[in-house]
Amino acid sequence: MATHADTRAHTDTKPHKGAAEQTPPAGRPFWAKWFEFLIERLIGAAGVSAILFVALIFFFLLREGIPTFLQVPLPQLFGSRWYPIEGMFGLWPLIVGSILVTAGAVIMAVPLGLITAIYLGEIAPQWQREILKPLIEVLAGIPSIVLGFLGWVALAPLVQRLGAPTGLTAFTGSLILAYMSLPTIISISEDALYAVPKEYRDGALAIGATQWQTIWRVVLPAARSGLVIAVMLGIGRAVGETMAVMMVTGNAANVPAFGLGMFFEPVRTMTATIAAEMGEVARGSLHYNVLFAIGIVLFIITFAINSLAGRLVGGQASRRKRGQL
Amino acid sequence: MKRQQVQKIAVGVITTVAVLIVIPVVLVILYIVVRGAGTLSWEFLTAPPYNGMTQGGIMPAILGTVILTFGTAIACIPLAIGTAIYLAEYAGDNRLTRLVRLAIVNLAGIPSIVYGLFGLGAFVLFMKLGTSILAGSLTLGIMTLPVVISTAEEAILAVPQRFRLVSLSLGATRWQTIWRQVLPQALPGILTGVILGLSRAAGETAPLLFTVAAFYLPELPHSIFDQTMALPYHLYVISTQVPGMPLSIQFGTALVLLLFVLSLTLAASIVRTRMRRRREW
Amino acid sequence: MPPKISIQNVSFTYADGTQALKNLSLDIAGNEIFVLFGPARSGKTTLLRLLNRLSDLFENARYQGKILFNEQDIFEHGTDVAALRRRIGMVFAIPTPLPGSIRDNLTYGLKVAGIHNPAIHEERIERSLKQAALWEEVKDRLDSSAFALSGGQQQRLCIARSLVLEPEVLLLDNPTSGLDPLSTGIVEDSLQELKQRYTIIMVPHSVQQAARVADRAGFMLDGELIEVDQASVMFTTPQDKRTEDYVTGRFG
Repeated sequence: MATHADTRAHTDTKPHKGAAEQTPPAGRPFWAKWFEFLIERLIGAAGVSAILFVALIFFFLLREGIPTFLQVPLPQLFGSRWYPIEGMFGLWPLIVGSILVTAGAVIMAVPLGLITAIYLGEIAPQWQREILKPLIEVLAGIPSIVLGFLGWVALAPLVQRLGAPTGLTAFTGSLILAYMSLPTIISISEDALYAVPKEYRDGALAIGATQWQTIWRVVLPAARSGLVIAVMLGIGRAVGETMAVMMVTGNAANVPAFGLGMFFEPVRTMTATIAAEMGEVARGSLHYNVLFAIGIVLFIITFAINSLAGRLVGGQASRRKRGQL
Repeated sequence: MKRQQVQKIAVGVITTVAVLIVIPVVLVILYIVVRGAGTLSWEFLTAPPYNGMTQGGIMPAILGTVILTFGTAIACIPLAIGTAIYLAEYAGDNRLTRLVRLAIVNLAGIPSIVYGLFGLGAFVLFMKLGTSILAGSLTLGIMTLPVVISTAEEAILAVPQRFRLVSLSLGATRWQTIWRQVLPQALPGILTGVILGLSRAAGETAPLLFTVAAFYLPELPHSIFDQTMALPYHLYVISTQVPGMPLSIQFGTALVLLLFVLSLTLAASIVRTRMRRRREW
Repeated sequence: MPPKISIQNVSFTYADGTQALKNLSLDIAGNEIFVLFGPARSGKTTLLRLLNRLSDLFENARYQGKILFNEQDIFEHGTDVAALRRRIGMVFAIPTPLPGSIRDNLTYGLKVAGIHNPAIHEERIERSLKQAALWEEVKDRLDSSAFALSGGQQQRLCIARSLVLEPEVLLLDNPTSGLDPLSTGIVEDSLQELKQRYTIIMVPHSVQQAARVADRAGFMLDGELIEVDQASVMFTTPQDKRTEDYVTGRFG
């Protein structure tokens, strides 16, 4: 091993011999290699933990929810009377409730969100963008319970004045839900629009199209798949919301009569049912199991939506390939 | 010319809509501030409630939210950063990686009430932790994973490749390169993601319902196996379950929660811009 | 005397199917400046990356052949790649200081190797900065930020950074590409000193630079090694027509 004296002797004029392995004086501690091995194994474990968690969630839902399917015959489970006190577990009113509220929210949020995304991406000057975007981020950050609270305290009375008896209706829920879904829809739509290459726009403008024509006929169709994903994820967000809808939709587990007025009836969503009733339920009772079964239904719905959206995104995902030296 | 008219109308409609979207957001915040500010006082923030919650302060709820936020951080951060490092630095372009990403997308989309059910079934019952801070933190921690993983991964990927190449060519191992070059440079982005994730977790109610939250607790929690009050749950109960609750307290509570969450969001923004400015390259 | 580096029938194909190197064979002697030149995309950088095994980062690439360094196969199973990279250093085309001070940059390689003795640090810092012709300019501000240096100084810092580890071979991938003529000149001049101690393999910025600097040179085209010769021959009377066309500027 080279000593200090030796290294000093290599002054700047002597040729350097280096055929043998140069061991620097003192190297890494002997346990360094094992430590790194362990850390990299832990990181790998963390990496796949996400899969484990999804599986675990589904497993525990099944564990507590499967007894439902053993004790409640399927036709009854999808029947239209939800009256747990008398042992009636028809999920249909809850499903309809969720559908109504979500549909209403999506009908309102998608056009509004899309238009806002177009505005942000194509039309707004920079200074407006710098005001709008933070505001949308703030909206995304407002806790759902706060929006639900406001809906309960301020919005419902307004809706009441429009004619609904208590103001607690599917529509009220849709309204709040629409606002909560907006940031998701806007941000993903924005990404989709941004991904459309500049050349498309330039080409259209070069042949004399107006800005609107460019947007309508060139940019939007090109961004179509991204926009579809935005809508899907917006729907997923809306279906899963609990507290806000629970506070303003009226919590009446009925199936409203079909027609435009159905949006102005009080309803009960699947999510609200779980939240409202789990507290009063005896562990292990059938009611308890059914609530978990509703959880299974929700899991499957959002799993389907997200997996589909995820697969569509996979084609567009830009992940830097390692090895681009 | 008809085309120009269409253009004008379209742009006009679009601009109006976009502006209109924003107004209610501002109104919402202003409304809560206006109606809740009067209630905010030193006593409100630091004293416990009494007289059936209709008087006094909301300190236990604030404390509970702070504790749960810490707990969520501990449960979530190491796992999330580990996953982000895995995805950014180690994962190959193969089926397993695609599956991991699919799982993360799904975790992000699972309704918060379903997380509550999971927490109940897995932590409260199966692991016999009971309704406790521990169960609540674990539940919130898993729920916050996707957000932190995405932002952390982005931050790590944003570190230019040339620093890795230089480090490796100087004889560093892959892990040494990550630990000494990549992570320090990605830290601002990771921190931003963590704070944002925690701000979301702080405002959640549904996952707490069956795993930790209590409304009336005679004393503050002593250990992580105790229940605790929490701001979001507190707001829910006092606004819907307690007749005769003064509106001032309701709005005051809503305002405190809003301020807590928004200040975290603001902190994340500050971290992001501050540390970007200090970057040398 | 055995060659310092012996490249034997090496082929390399990227994951997407492009073959970057086609059955290349080449010997590099110790203490010479060997210049690897040719048009873009001829495989020069890929070959350099193989020599210090940075090519390991390419996923799913296929490699054939042997590369011997001091008569040992560098791709042999169980090779300590980190140690290899300390003995075969690399300087990249874009000057890339690491965040931190000049001293931080220079001691980085020592620290990751587990050498923490400050006396050794100081000694090697001084020696390598002198060899890279940068000592006089920075000796009084070793603790200032490396990014405050000019482009040319940063690149010499990168050279010094590799030299701190006392390598045997120095791989220079187009090191003067972003530099002004003065800095380029300083770097080129320092090469003559450096080759006394190290073996240098360089990808040049231009044919002219190659001619100025090389002892021997190899012309690469489309992944193949067309011709290898003494510099005095290569740039005046090359044997292969393709070499001649490139050297005289008929294509490039």
